Amino acid sequence: MSDPFVKVRDLRIGATVYPPGEKPHDIEIVHGVSFDLEKGRVLGLIGESGAGKSTIGLATMAYGRGGVRITGGEVWVNGRDIMQSSLGDLRRLRGGEVTYVSQSAAASFNPAKRIMEQVTEAAIKQGKFSRHEAEQRAVYLFKKLGLPDPEHIGRRFPHQVSGGQLQRCMTALALCPEPDLVVFDEPTTALDVTTQIEVLMAIKEAIAATGVAALYITHDLAVVAQVSDDIMVLKTGDMVEYGTTDQIINNPQEEYTQALVSVRSIDHEEKQPSPSPALKIENVTARYRGTNFDVLKNVNVELHPGQTLALVGESGSGKSTLARVITGLLPQRVGRIHFAGRDLDPVMKNRSKEDLRELQLIYQMADTAMNPRQTVGTIIGRPLEFYFGLKGKEKQKRIQDLLDQIELGEGFQDRYPAELSGGQKQRVCIARALAAKPKMIICDEVTSALDPLVADGILKLLLDLQKIEDVAFLFITHDLATVKAIADSVAVMYRGEVVRYGTKSDVLSPPFDDYTDLLLSSVPEMKLGWLEEVIAHRKMESAGN
Amino acid sequence: MGPALRLVVQRIALGLLLLFLVSILIFWGTLILPGDVAQAILGQSATPEALANLRDELGVNDPPLTRYFEWLGGVLSGDLGTALTNGKDIAESIGSRLENTLFLAFWAAVIAVPLAILLGLLAVRYRDRWPDKLISGVTLSTISIPEFLIGYVLMYFVGVKLGWAPTVSMIHDGMNLGQKLHSIALPVAVLTLVVLAHMMRMTRAAILNVMQSPYIETADLKGLTKFNIIWKHAFPNSISPVVNVVMLNLAYLVVGVVVVEVVFTYPGMGQYLVDHVSKRDLPVVQACGLIFAAVYITLNMIADVVSILSNPKLRHPK
Amino acid sequence: MIKNMPLSAMIGLFFVCLYFAMAIFAPWLAPYGMAEVVGDVWEPSSAAHWLGTDNIGRDLLTRMIYGGQTTIYIATAATILSFTMGSVLGFLAAVLGGWADQLLSRSVDLVMSIPSLILALVILSVMPVTVPILIVVMGVLDSTRVFRLARAVAVDINAMEFVEAATLRGEGRGWVIFREILPNALSPLVAEMGLRFIFAVLFISTLSFLGLGVQPPLADWGGIVKENKDGIVYGIGAALYPAVAIATLAISVNLVADWILNRTTSLKGGRG
Repeated sequence: MSDPFVKVRDLRIGATVYPPGEKPHDIEIVHGVSFDLEKGRVLGLIGESGAGKSTIGLATMAYGRGGVRITGGEVWVNGRDIMQSSLGDLRRLRGGEVTYVSQSAAASFNPAKRIMEQVTEAAIKQGKFSRHEAEQRAVYLFKKLGLPDPEHIGRRFPHQVSGGQLQRCMTALALCPEPDLVVFDEPTTALDVTTQIEVLMAIKEAIAATGVAALYITHDLAVVAQVSDDIMVLKTGDMVEYGTTDQIINNPQEEYTQALVSVRSIDHEEKQPSPSPALKIENVTARYRGTNFDVLKNVNVELHPGQTLALVGESGSGKSTLARVITGLLPQRVGRIHFAGRDLDPVMKNRSKEDLRELQLIYQMADTAMNPRQTVGTIIGRPLEFYFGLKGKEKQKRIQDLLDQIELGEGFQDRYPAELSGGQKQRVCIARALAAKPKMIICDEVTSALDPLVADGILKLLLDLQKIEDVAFLFITHDLATVKAIADSVAVMYRGEVVRYGTKSDVLSPPFDDYTDLLLSSVPEMKLGWLEEVIAHRKMESAGN
Repeated sequence: MGPALRLVVQRIALGLLLLFLVSILIFWGTLILPGDVAQAILGQSATPEALANLRDELGVNDPPLTRYFEWLGGVLSGDLGTALTNGKDIAESIGSRLENTLFLAFWAAVIAVPLAILLGLLAVRYRDRWPDKLISGVTLSTISIPEFLIGYVLMYFVGVKLGWAPTVSMIHDGMNLGQKLHSIALPVAVLTLVVLAHMMRMTRAAILNVMQSPYIETADLKGLTKFNIIWKHAFPNSISPVVNVVMLNLAYLVVGVVVVEVVFTYPGMGQYLVDHVSKRDLPVVQACGLIFAAVYITLNMIADVVSILSNPKLRHPK
Repeated sequence: MIKNMPLSAMIGLFFVCLYFAMAIFAPWLAPYGMAEVVGDVWEPSSAAHWLGTDNIGRDLLTRMIYGGQTTIYIATAATILSFTMGSVLGFLAAVLGGWADQLLSRSVDLVMSIPSLILALVILSVMPVTVPILIVVMGVLDSTRVFRLARAVAVDINAMEFVEAATLRGEGRGWVIFREILPNALSPLVAEMGLRFIFAVLFISTLSFLGLGVQPPLADWGGIVKENKDGIVYGIGAALYPAVAIATLAISVNLVADWILNRTTSLKGGRG
């Protein structure tokens, strides 16, 4: 039996880091990873940020970003040791035998050149096809990938097609030279769920049709379960578990893998609505200054004390705009916002200090939400001082209480945000909001920027705090798993309108309206064959119509 | 071409408006400043009659609006007035001097622009290695010395010690091109050095910025050669920033030329301007100031127009 | 902070301190009086006159020391003026926005559409050339650049969510400017201050060289070039000493400014 198509043995990858104020030094970021990959099979590489998965993917092309380089081990592609290959051989390997699909097609396409030229470039330069053949193959791939107007889409410039379409063009670019291996690096992460499912299906079919081997890199286990035959779980540069997709999903051995598989399985019993809502939004319509269309159209929702309303929708649905209207940053044109037994002034500047205190906001990016020049103590202490006039010992004690509540211990008071991890930063932001003793907190995509396990921790913390502090959450998210984990009631938004609204159990059970159906059925589930089921179901439905 | 064309027209209109406002600034700025202009021109020892005469000649007694429009009308029809100091027609005096200045600036640009782009590319190609460090070290020192001193350093070593080029750059119509070029060798060298430093540093930064884009990585992962990556992918996207850099620095030449002309007593606009500033000959200063400003504004405008035209998003709207 | 300082910044800081000390203690350091004629015209360097004498027989070392004092004094004063004016107006434009921002920004655009040297020449053609006027003209002209930087930095920071968070808390304008924006804007502004100072040194030297800056018998680096330039054609390099002085000062300030910028940008945290 011949060697596998891709053979990686004890791969070690190093990088030079330049920490501020210190001498640059070398570190190892991948510590001895081994795997095999045959033609026609897909290996999923999964892990959180910093796991080294993209680095490993690029290593199969003998490519390292910045100062990243292979420091040990072997990488064999197509019977050739790429560590020993000449630069000319590597050039034939890259773009000919191994190709790459990046997370952001929008940035990876040259803005000054037409799509067709970029898709066919590698195939022509590598001498695999003539220009005419390459263009024919590109059109074939465009068709296969379900792009509209496949005959002519190549004449457009990258900015003239949508994000989802461009991501499929990138796949065509990778498949055009008939490579033996394609490295997919988070190809659907930047897309909305309803777009993601289409691109995912297109990629899967294209892999099957061309019989290439593929490395599929992602942080989303549910996604990788749909496309790969084998899965390798990575954590901070180490291999945690390596097995068939069936084994990893249905019978994970390692504790870390089990945690990844069972992520977002928080049990949350929904509470019943109370007679007097904490927040009542009536007929709110809003538009941005200088535009002539409404980004919010006649929105009506209620939020009850101590409960969670999840506002769910894709990008551009108006969910974050609603948060700006409630805070008074964007005054509504029509409608009222009723909060804690009174009407809120549409304009933030006219609201009382009490209004501001009782309504707090937590942002998606904890990084930019905290002043990098203030210590954690100052960040949490300021609302105490500002709203309650706390000083000295009293303030210190309250800060420490809040830090205990968010499960950060002693010694965090004097740290700067840059010295905290992503999860810790978001916890400090939660403490800052709690310090005001608010009646309601708007959580704007607070877990979207975090790795799944860290996000889980934040969600659990928020639920615990809700019980203790009896605070209402308006939870804005695009992630339906989060909704299931935390919400009491749900509002689905689409193009500025609330298309579905009610208790969680009502909203998430049939019969559905078209959009909610599409949205719910597009969320990848952690089971094998889910993608095929959904696609088959959709085909049946459209045939029935 | 829709949105691009509209932006270009807007930009040109803005340039014209700016030019108009600058003419007001130069004209009025010299009048609203504190102090008596006539007194400043003639000095403390002037007799009252002389002052009155001069005020009359300057038209200080007319309403400012009338004077401004008379002046502007003159400028637009090519009449820049007469110099106070010698009564000569300003337009006539400027004519040949402007030609000389452009001659000097032209040759400096012809040498500096290609050289700067080449060195910029070289610095990018050998980034953080010795060619890059050498180039940036040398350019940092030329930026840190004023133009006139570079001029004297070259004059001392190349002109006097080595005797390779004249230390005074006289040119007249009787000379052929070769003689003229020999005569202006030193000032051209100074201008080239100064502009080169800025232009090369900015070119390097602009190209590095493009080279760090993800689409360059895509090209690299297609297995293209370094040359193809730069020629096919980096170059088309670098045109606009590099043209911007070139134009900005040609505008910078306008300032450099003033000082360098004085150093080498070259019969150009700069020398003329500086002479008449010391003599406080207001009409000449206004005329020269306006011409320098117009060149500067025009170059900046061209830079913006090029960057609008080379933006694919504007050239090929959705 | 000092112990992590790279060698280049340390050398830079050493020379900057040296020059400023020389400027402050000029009367005690200079071997002769500033305008005192002590020898022949253009004497070569000797034990009595380390750098020789100038075009009318004054000690060149003395002239250079006093010249440094004048040049550094004027440049420092102009930098302080341009900085105070530029950053205060820049911050105000960023925080106020609206028509105040438009008015200030467009005026600055207008002034910057004329090269500084040309505008300075036009202004100086009608104003008496004295040290205070030079400082004001240079300061005001250069404040346009500081304004642009300060405004851009403040607009960037103003758009950050932590500023929005402070506004939503109900904080006043004072807290927002001084506690949220200023601490984050300080480092780029301080680094820029170094560059503006160099620019001021070059600018005042250029004006003096053209005869439109510091007037004799007061010594300054640009003026020394003007006084001694005729010696060049006879192979006398007296006019070149200021080149060395200006270049070392400018490079040193550059090195320090680079270090400040690098040191502080890395503290920004996760903002890339």
